Amino acid sequence: MTAVRLAHLGGGRAWLRRCVGTPLNAALTAAALGLLALALPPLLRWAVLDAVWSGPPSACRGAAGACWAFIAAKLRFILVGLYPPAAAWRAVAAAGLLGGLVLLSAHPRLWRPWLLGAWAAGLAATLWLLGGGGGLEPVASRLWGGLPLTLLLTAGGLVAGFPLGVALALARRSRRRTPRLLATVVIETVRGLPLIVILYVASLVFPLMLPGGISVDKLLRAGAGMTLFAAAYIAEAVRAALQAVPRGQAEAALSLGLRPTLVLLLVVLPQGLKMAIPSLVTIAIGFFQDTSLVAVIGVFDLLNTTRAATLDSEWLGFHDEAYSFVAAVYFVVCAAASHYGLWLERRLNPERRR
Amino acid sequence: MTTGRTGGAAQEPLVSAVGFLCMAALVWWLARNTLDNLDRQGIALGFGFLGRPAGFALDDTLLAFEPAHSYARAILAGLLNTVAVAVLGCVLAGVLGFLLGALRLSDNPIVEALVRAYVELMRNTPLLLQLLFWSAVIHALPPVRAAAEPLPGVFLSNRGLVLPYPVPGAAPLWAGGLLLVLLLAGRRVLPARLVTPARLLAAAGFAAALALAPPEWRVPRLKGFNFVGGATVSPEFTALLAGLVLHHAAGVSEIVRGAVLGVPAGQWEAAQALGLTRARTLHLVVLPQALRAMVPLLASTALNLTKGSSLAVAIGFPDVVSVLGTIGSQTGQEIEVMALLAGLFLALNLATSSALNAYNARLLRRGER
Amino acid sequence: MPDRKPVSLRLLAPFAAALALIAGTAQAGPTLDAVKARSTVKCGVLNSPGGSAPDANGEWRGFNADFCRAIAAALFNDPRKVEFVATTRQQRFTAIQSGEVDVLIAGVTQTVTRALQLGLHFGPIVLHDGQGFLVPKALKVAKATELDGATVCTMPGTTTELNVTDFFRLNKISYKPVVAEEFREVLAAFTAGRCDVLTQDASALAITRSQLPKPDDYVLLPERISKEPIAPAVRFGDDQWQEIVNWTIWATIQAEEFGIARDTVDGFAGSPDPSVRRFLGIDPGIGEAIRLDPRWAYNIVKAVGNYGEIFERNYGKDSPLKFARGPNELVQRGGLIVSPPFR
Repeated sequence: MTAVRLAHLGGGRAWLRRCVGTPLNAALTAAALGLLALALPPLLRWAVLDAVWSGPPSACRGAAGACWAFIAAKLRFILVGLYPPAAAWRAVAAAGLLGGLVLLSAHPRLWRPWLLGAWAAGLAATLWLLGGGGGLEPVASRLWGGLPLTLLLTAGGLVAGFPLGVALALARRSRRRTPRLLATVVIETVRGLPLIVILYVASLVFPLMLPGGISVDKLLRAGAGMTLFAAAYIAEAVRAALQAVPRGQAEAALSLGLRPTLVLLLVVLPQGLKMAIPSLVTIAIGFFQDTSLVAVIGVFDLLNTTRAATLDSEWLGFHDEAYSFVAAVYFVVCAAASHYGLWLERRLNPERRR
Repeated sequence: MTTGRTGGAAQEPLVSAVGFLCMAALVWWLARNTLDNLDRQGIALGFGFLGRPAGFALDDTLLAFEPAHSYARAILAGLLNTVAVAVLGCVLAGVLGFLLGALRLSDNPIVEALVRAYVELMRNTPLLLQLLFWSAVIHALPPVRAAAEPLPGVFLSNRGLVLPYPVPGAAPLWAGGLLLVLLLAGRRVLPARLVTPARLLAAAGFAAALALAPPEWRVPRLKGFNFVGGATVSPEFTALLAGLVLHHAAGVSEIVRGAVLGVPAGQWEAAQALGLTRARTLHLVVLPQALRAMVPLLASTALNLTKGSSLAVAIGFPDVVSVLGTIGSQTGQEIEVMALLAGLFLALNLATSSALNAYNARLLRRGER
Repeated sequence: MPDRKPVSLRLLAPFAAALALIAGTAQAGPTLDAVKARSTVKCGVLNSPGGSAPDANGEWRGFNADFCRAIAAALFNDPRKVEFVATTRQQRFTAIQSGEVDVLIAGVTQTVTRALQLGLHFGPIVLHDGQGFLVPKALKVAKATELDGATVCTMPGTTTELNVTDFFRLNKISYKPVVAEEFREVLAAFTAGRCDVLTQDASALAITRSQLPKPDDYVLLPERISKEPIAPAVRFGDDQWQEIVNWTIWATIQAEEFGIARDTVDGFAGSPDPSVRRFLGIDPGIGEAIRLDPRWAYNIVKAVGNYGEIFERNYGKDSPLKFARGPNELVQRGGLIVSPPFR
């Protein structure tokens, strides 16, 4: 809140005055209320009052409202895709595990070295739950899908992309020309290309680049492309943050006789990474949404299973319901994450609080 | 370029050289494998295929395209479509975004809340989902034989919006109109001696003639399978443009809001102390300062929108990505096709960012005067 | 497969080995060794009506899927030892080129460009199809040349897309293409009326029509505007593997020529006919030549039946589609399907 806007805050009467105080504001209020009056009742009727909540496809034909029965019938497919129904609990558990890890990492008080170990163990456990082996029935990666896959791609891409991104950022700030040039080329190329193109290269060209006989799993290729994409954006966020670390910090440490490598590792990087956190949260939210693009190369993430569900010949044509549902899932996750990001920013940089 | 001291001193030349060699070896190894693979399977690399006739049809291209035309022309048609969507999308998203940003800055709580809800919805759901949604909405319009006719001669169906369009009696009239626009817009660009009152008058005359000459309207009518005559705005194009504009307008509105709020409160207070009205303060004091803060962010939004137009492939609009994808599977020359795609996008990006950088530099210079 | 790695490549071997470890799916040498080592055939399929599609339990069913199973039966005497790899139209050729799959049985039309430019080797033709047009009856179209000005739904990057273009050009009529990557999306566009015509291989169109809510509202036009010989594809340069795929398919055809079916194959154990005895491996000989079980042909027939049974089960009288054999009848009965002699 700025001073300008604070000046206008007041009680209920002031609130009313702000709505209808000037002719322009009165017109705007009228227009906004008109829009709401026009849009809300039909939306409410569609989504709740006239909606069909259960039953076969025939129950929905001719219904005026939303067919939530479609979501109910297709819920398992949307959430876990082609994953074998008998083992569906494993996919749900994997999604829960990743969600739990995210929640666990939320509070700065828990940012301790063991958290890194928890993430490594958590990702390994997720892969084990999804892929099987060691007591669990193996499930091929092409059967993975839905929410667990979206979460896995997000978490895997960010976790693998983070060290790569930091390395790229450091290389780009290096005094030596070669690493600087290489890092710049990698970062700018990846950032200059649409994610779709990167995924195409990963799925269509990369297989041809391996020696004959070696093939890499399609999902792993998509994951590699996503990781590279994440790394380039993380690198720029980290570089910007490193630039904001006052020079005096490094100079002071050097003058204390610390070796330059240690100065980087112990003084500059920790401060820089802390400053990068808000933009890293933003990148993570965008990345979570961007994983939906793997649909273009035939990977069944959450959005793609939803789309596939709408094309089922038995339940043809319930796009609105399907997209509303999946939009709600994405919205809840992203809105929560972005509010968390704001909270974190205030907590980490209290001096910037207004 | 910043070359901070971080890490720099730690870099021994040997480490650097080894790193470089590793990188080079990796690139060489990948290239070697690729060539081996292609060689073993008798696939020839090369761009010779670009000259061959494409053999497939494209609809909805700005550049007329026939199956007998070459692959190269198909790529050009796709590229033009991408550029058109990007340019149109940037302009519309900019306009809508500024409008929404202004509404968010209004002290009207109802309007502010409504716009904020919209922005949150747009920012917290994937762009691809939004595009699929708009595509589905448009495909749910009535079929062509039951097309809605909201205005006489205007038809709306799931095959798009069909509009009548005017064809002027004579082509020179168009040229005259164009000249007028050029002269008016060019006063600031062209040397003043080129823009004489007489020439302006002549141009105005042309424009008047253009306005008075009764245009011949091409009116769409249903004939056979489709509407013929008239101009068609295809559903795929509409869905892509609407999706991109609505999504990025939310981002622009945030940028506008952030930039205006970022102007120090003292500036407001000083201006108001001088007796300026709120509107004039905004116009004369705040916006010029905010604009400078906005431009780099708007530039990156523009680049994101351009890159986002590649999602056309998911809804069947022939942009450069989907055209090249089709060519890749028709010819099997995936490597060349991907190289072209990457090259075109990097060039497009470079062009957009240098244009915006130039504008930004001009803005900063003006600010310094 | 010629092994002609330059010396410098060997220097990078440790690196390659590390990468292979990451990849986790390293294969060694020719395809047959790799397949035997992992005990499954990786069969590239495409989700397309009739050709192959996963059923409610995720099991791949269909004409193409049955030939995948026939290969597994020939190699392992177990039709379940197939790993079905779903590809997309855009990825299917990369999948076979890069070794992601051992054989591609994904409704691929055999063409000269694909054979010579994509490095694919095609096996025997398993289905003679032709491209047709499906239109709503309400449009009152009787033949394809009346489609001037129509909007046509198709999939990008297919021979279908090229054939329809050629057809309209040849007949000097125009059309507007509407494309989508996936067949189900194309179908959704067609049923919504986004396009007037759906074009595909006629077999797929007939199946599609039968699955529409009101099949009688649509009509399959009589023209077949192309020949679509559907054949399995393998990588260029692995002759041994190619022979196994070829002879597996020919074995199903030969079995039908002999009149040997899934249910009757055991009854042929005492057959006096030396060619039948050779074929079924009662008198050993053929299998060893291609490093297979002597009874490999028996195993195929026992697992999936003969060619006629596979056809009838998926397309013909034992399916809801009731296609006539037509060109897919044996040569001896006037069709185009034939096997070289097993001797």
